Amino acid sequence: MALIQKSIKLSQVLGRRQNIKLLWPTTTSAKTHFQRSYTSVPSAQFPGANAPFVNTLKLTQPEDFSPIPIYRVMNSDGYIIEESQDPKLEKEVVEKMFRDMLLLNTMDKILYESQRQGRISFYMTNFGEEASHIGSAAALELRDIIYGQYREAGVLVWRGFRIDQFIDQCYGNDDDMGRGKQMPVHYGSKELNFVTISSPLSTQMPQAVGAAYALKRRPDNDACVVCYFGEGAASEGDAHAAFNFAATLSCPVILFCRNNGFAISTPSREQYRGDGIAGRGPAGYGITTIRVDGTDVFAVYNAMKAAREYVLRENKPILFEALAYRVGHHSTSDDSTAYRPAEEIEVWNSVEHPISKLKRYMVHKGWFNEEEETEFIKNVRKQVLKQISVSEKKLKPNWREMFEDVYAEMPEHLLQQRKELEQHIADHKDAYPLKEFKQ
Amino acid sequence: MNLSQHILSGLKSNVSAISKLQSWTSCRSHFTYFKTRVSGNGNLKKMNMFNAINNAMDLALQEDKTALLFGEDVGFGGVFRCSVNLRDKYGNDRVFNTPLCEQGIAGFAIGVANTGATAIAEIQFADYIFPSFDQIINEAAKYRYRSGGLFDCGSLTFRVPCGAVGHGALYHSQSPEGYFAHTPGLRVVIPRGPIKAKGLLLACIKDHNPCIVFEPKTLYRAAVEEVPTNFYTSELGKADILRKGNDLTLIGWGTQVHVLLEVADLSKKHLGIECEVIDLVSILPWDRNTICNSVRKTGRVIVAHEAPYTQGFGAELAACIQETCFLQLEAPVKRVTGWDTPFPHVFEPFYLPDKHRCLAAVREIFNY
Repeated sequence: MALIQKSIKLSQVLGRRQNIKLLWPTTTSAKTHFQRSYTSVPSAQFPGANAPFVNTLKLTQPEDFSPIPIYRVMNSDGYIIEESQDPKLEKEVVEKMFRDMLLLNTMDKILYESQRQGRISFYMTNFGEEASHIGSAAALELRDIIYGQYREAGVLVWRGFRIDQFIDQCYGNDDDMGRGKQMPVHYGSKELNFVTISSPLSTQMPQAVGAAYALKRRPDNDACVVCYFGEGAASEGDAHAAFNFAATLSCPVILFCRNNGFAISTPSREQYRGDGIAGRGPAGYGITTIRVDGTDVFAVYNAMKAAREYVLRENKPILFEALAYRVGHHSTSDDSTAYRPAEEIEVWNSVEHPISKLKRYMVHKGWFNEEEETEFIKNVRKQVLKQISVSEKKLKPNWREMFEDVYAEMPEHLLQQRKELEQHIADHKDAYPLKEFKQ
Repeated sequence: MNLSQHILSGLKSNVSAISKLQSWTSCRSHFTYFKTRVSGNGNLKKMNMFNAINNAMDLALQEDKTALLFGEDVGFGGVFRCSVNLRDKYGNDRVFNTPLCEQGIAGFAIGVANTGATAIAEIQFADYIFPSFDQIINEAAKYRYRSGGLFDCGSLTFRVPCGAVGHGALYHSQSPEGYFAHTPGLRVVIPRGPIKAKGLLLACIKDHNPCIVFEPKTLYRAAVEEVPTNFYTSELGKADILRKGNDLTLIGWGTQVHVLLEVADLSKKHLGIECEVIDLVSILPWDRNTICNSVRKTGRVIVAHEAPYTQGFGAELAACIQETCFLQLEAPVKRVTGWDTPFPHVFEPFYLPDKHRCLAAVREIFNY
């Protein structure tokens, strides 16, 4: 009896629920099926996702999603494509952009050569990616904190890092702020808010997210964090950690991927099968995403302006993918023609090169002056060459500094080890290159 | 009759007494807890170790408005209750859950510390610290050094439950301090109970270097002491002599300290040996002076730890003692440790360097 009553009650309840509205739109066929079989059963509310039911099996395919489009402002001929997108930067700003890109490019060429001559131990150029450095840096404030990978020297150029500072770091001499402890191109500057580079890939990504979280908590915060990384680095576990922490902990960080098609010899098609790095943002991690033409300095600039405003307004991250092409070799320890055709490189080194594009824009504007450019490059070459000869003559830091900054204060055992080395060196002066080091 | 002959004769006559101790009971823990007591006028409150850690973090969050506490499940109070009530008191933006990702927790903590804010990060079990090994070893430990002092992450502290718990098997029992001891730039400490846990944690939070506090989780509830309620710190890099003795130095840390204190009692009672018991406390940098002074005095030393024998931190101690105290040593440095196997489930009673194995080692040293 009780059982029958219960079933009657249940049918009444179910009857009342027949008019329940679907919370989410479904396909027509799914809706029909739903109404036929399950109209009276309330939907389960899974905590793990907010999504509708379907009643036919459908595999979600990568092809079901359109690729995220590439935002571009200027075409290869240096013309603004859509007037409304012209950032209308002042002549002085555009000239600084151009000069900084030229400076970086010229310095790279000479330092690359000086490594081939054995004058510095290692170097990495920035060829082909100058616009993503300069365009992004120009859209930021100096108080914004930068975490980089190693191929972002242009950001430092824009911020005012000097030629002597670059070259002193590469030589690890006594004027290197890093005190000669790291390999060349591992730059850092406290006053320019550029966190010292380290070799392990992607480790800076969750760090940048943590820094952004700490900034967010400061009263009246008006600074964000920008974290640069390559598309290869985005395969590391730390990249996943960073995307997910940035989203769940709502951090004002711009996660800036330089997708240049190669991680050393590995082409991007062997790096991932999704829609680049940008494709991971919206559906994957719930991060607002931008994809731009990284050879177009104005596109990068506009997008970074918007990204900065967004992360500070919303206290949320942005995933930013700048597509470019690594024109140079990976590093001085790499010959890239071993894994890609020289003709391919040539296209990106001429027609599609970021500096060429900006130059064409300036020509149309009547802002370009051939003589000035030649003079500027000549001048930079002179400065860089002179600085190389100055930097290589400078003494390296006192070798005792090897024991410093391991800890905030030097612990007893390190004091002892330093003393042991002092004694050893005193006894074997001729065995060590003491003349090259400060005493 | 010289000292060792005296001890040997004592040893023989007490064999039956010792064997009585050897009956393994169903008791879950392999140690008897020895309380630390503090003298002074401050307010004391009875706390177990998780209470003391909770109290330390409460004081840290109260004093330092930049301080953040985060990790897996810390929001509701933590799986060991260490962060209980702190989210209610300080808000969800200061005490919060992270996604389940140790490399993310460590990297995030470094970034927070880069800005000068205080980061107290929890790794749920020491066994799960390895995904964050790269962030801790390559990044946290080297931040200040590699940047020439421009940047650092000195305001970061990792809290990491560690050690045997009776039934933790391979992944809830490990003592990984040895891996971290090989990394210049880190501080690694391990408390033996509530008073020490609070003092060390507060010292690490204040310290300008990245610190790891390995907390023996078997002590969270089992260890109860009268803990000062005020803010205090315990000196980092300093070992504690818990019991004075002239015949033998026993060195341990964490839970093992309590095993060794009992071994000292047993050695005195049954063998007539006076052991000096030292809690190393700090694994890195460690207190060479206290250890070597003690060994110079006693001439005999046993190091005991739960972690495996080969390349365990005992090896570092043994090598350094040998190098520093060679002329004073009357016997080889003895190490009583976990075996060179993964940490087993049902065999835990046979795996641990318990009081019986340590006492046998005492006998062996005096038979040498």
